[in-house]
Amino acid sequence: MPKQEPFERVRNFDEVALGYPAEAAREEAARCLDCKKPGCRGGCPVGIDIPGFIRHIVEGDFAAGIRTIKQTNALPAVCGRVCPQEEQCEAGCILGKKGDTIAIGRLERFLADWEARQGPIEPPPAAAAIGMSVAIVGSGPAGITVAADLALRGYRITMFEALHEAGGVLTYGIPEFRLPKSIVRREVEYVQSLGVELRLDYIVGKTRTIDRLLESFDAVFVGAGAGLPWFLDIPGENLNGVYSANEFLTRCNLMRGYRFPAYDTPLKRAARVAVFGGGNVAMDSARTSLRLGAEEVHIVYRRGREELPARLEEVENAEEEGVIFDYLTLPVRLIGDQHGWLHELECLRMELGEPDDSGRRRPVPVEGSEFRLRMDASICAIGNSPNPLIPMTTPGLETGRRGNIVVADESTGLTSRERVWAGGDVVTGAATVISAMGAGRAAAQSIHQTLTGEPPHEPD
Amino acid sequence: MFRIVERRMIVPNLHVLTVEAPDVVEGVRPGNFVILRPDEQGERIPLTVADWDARAGTVTSVFMQVGASTTKLARLKAGDHIPDYAGPLGNPTEIAPFGTVLLIGGCYGIACIYPIARALRDAGNRVIALIEARSSYLLFWEEHLNRVVDRTIVITRDGSRGHKGHVTRLAEILEKEDVRPDRVIAYGCTYQMFEVARQTEPLGITTIVSMNPIMIDGTGMCGVCRLSVGGETKFACVDGPEFDAHEVDWEEFFTRRESYKPEEVEPLRRSGCGSGACGRH
Repeated sequence: MPKQEPFERVRNFDEVALGYPAEAAREEAARCLDCKKPGCRGGCPVGIDIPGFIRHIVEGDFAAGIRTIKQTNALPAVCGRVCPQEEQCEAGCILGKKGDTIAIGRLERFLADWEARQGPIEPPPAAAAIGMSVAIVGSGPAGITVAADLALRGYRITMFEALHEAGGVLTYGIPEFRLPKSIVRREVEYVQSLGVELRLDYIVGKTRTIDRLLESFDAVFVGAGAGLPWFLDIPGENLNGVYSANEFLTRCNLMRGYRFPAYDTPLKRAARVAVFGGGNVAMDSARTSLRLGAEEVHIVYRRGREELPARLEEVENAEEEGVIFDYLTLPVRLIGDQHGWLHELECLRMELGEPDDSGRRRPVPVEGSEFRLRMDASICAIGNSPNPLIPMTTPGLETGRRGNIVVADESTGLTSRERVWAGGDVVTGAATVISAMGAGRAAAQSIHQTLTGEPPHEPD
Repeated sequence: MFRIVERRMIVPNLHVLTVEAPDVVEGVRPGNFVILRPDEQGERIPLTVADWDARAGTVTSVFMQVGASTTKLARLKAGDHIPDYAGPLGNPTEIAPFGTVLLIGGCYGIACIYPIARALRDAGNRVIALIEARSSYLLFWEEHLNRVVDRTIVITRDGSRGHKGHVTRLAEILEKEDVRPDRVIAYGCTYQMFEVARQTEPLGITTIVSMNPIMIDGTGMCGVCRLSVGGETKFACVDGPEFDAHEVDWEEFFTRRESYKPEEVEPLRRSGCGSGACGRH
């Protein structure tokens, strides 16, 4: 798939990957063996009929292709871009044995983008109202999936979003160059076209509690995400120039700080930036910093390249763009100048020891290996836990050690409170867009079954 | 969209803003704040609630015109709409029978203490308001306050009304006025709250301040509003905004608060609180 050249793209916020032209998509699709027992489909958390849509691409019937995807996935343009396909559908592709799987994600993206170019997306015929209503808390991937699934079954759906724009992490977290916001808006508009009412600026837990919502809705689904940023808990983290990835990315993506002063929210343009962490959010933060004009951006990660939790594609993009990777490096102290701004970063060298619970080799500090790096800004991208606002204001809602909402069974998403379901990062802690959508799909199924007593079935 | 019912300059640089927000009004309590945006390019502006009307579904705040977004807000008039108005946010002021409570308001804080005074009086407290401005013409809402407090003490920097000076004279003024509060609550600019904290600490009076750091989402998501209280990092938006004034790390707070000063004020060539009440410039 064509991409913007690294030297070009680090100077703009436009999308890096440019997408297949139609001919290339058909060529790629034609490589599919159309296996009798497709391994790809089982790897998809929302069970897209992958061989089905690929077949339509081969035939050149793109409209049928996108319809096939949308039977089970309300967000194809998003998933085609940000899903870790290499661990999911593409991991099951038989061609992978020869080292060259079908580029399923890119084909999915191709169909979604093709559809967008055809003009306004026509919603499917409205389902007959079944006289029941569900409140969705959060308009990220989990919430959008539940909203779409249940709207298609005739439920009256209201989706509540705390921020001023819908999309959750798709809007505030993932940068424009990886997921253009116009695409997120289009996907949200599609869900609205199914009859879903979207209420922005509505902070469930504050504006209304879950219990108040239960007075007027038959069920509530909580897909509020993992919004509480973790810090390293090392000295100096309250210095100026020290950011959580959430702050940095929210300023840039949601508030459009990269366009300051055309937009009012400012964003500091630091010359030397250290990003802590090795996941996709760390890559996003580093690559955003480059685009804001940083001279030198380091990813400071305590393990090695093999252990990076980020998608390989994103790591390669960051490498191509000139991000410097300081592996086996642990930040231990942030040192300020006399004005209270970050000036230096003190680190320790690490070496890899025995594997830990996650199966990755545990990094161990090398004694006496302290060294310093000159830095103007640091961005902490080591993870998030769920926002406590909802658990705090919902008596009887069981939460786990990290503040995550506990569900009895992941295949239903039912919480310890009657008529309250949850799914996505608010349950699992920060994970992927598609796993949140999978949880949304399961919860929608369970809500439908519980409210109507009907046996499970797929929506048409 | 949220309709503006009133936007009026009450004293130079301070504006009263009343917005129709029926969803916000239901849960609003004294000490809460709201977050609004003046337009689609605007910043998210946190404002403490100063009053509300449950029947009309309106919420009132007083804001200072200081940066690009508040300047846009200051240009709006009744009947205009703003895209966003969210809340109530933050924890409300603790209301209990404390005895004598001194509410200190400076600048926009004069408006913020009004609903707190009302609630504290209803809870059986003796409530004394102390309001401060650079000059008498910068005072406002005295008649509002007088309806809900037992006494109002005025300080002006130039002595044009009440005591001459600044809250740096707080201990002395309290003695002169024979006021011995069991609790002090201060709303105003950072410098004023810091001075109040310094004055009340040796007197051993529990002092609560409403911290006003930089905020973005206001729901605990970004952490830009973090401050150190009693040696622990807190988020003003969800853990506060009110904290024990004697536990706050003021130096760190001043530094963090000013981190975007050039970007905030440069485009407008303005500086400081605008009314001069803060005494910092």
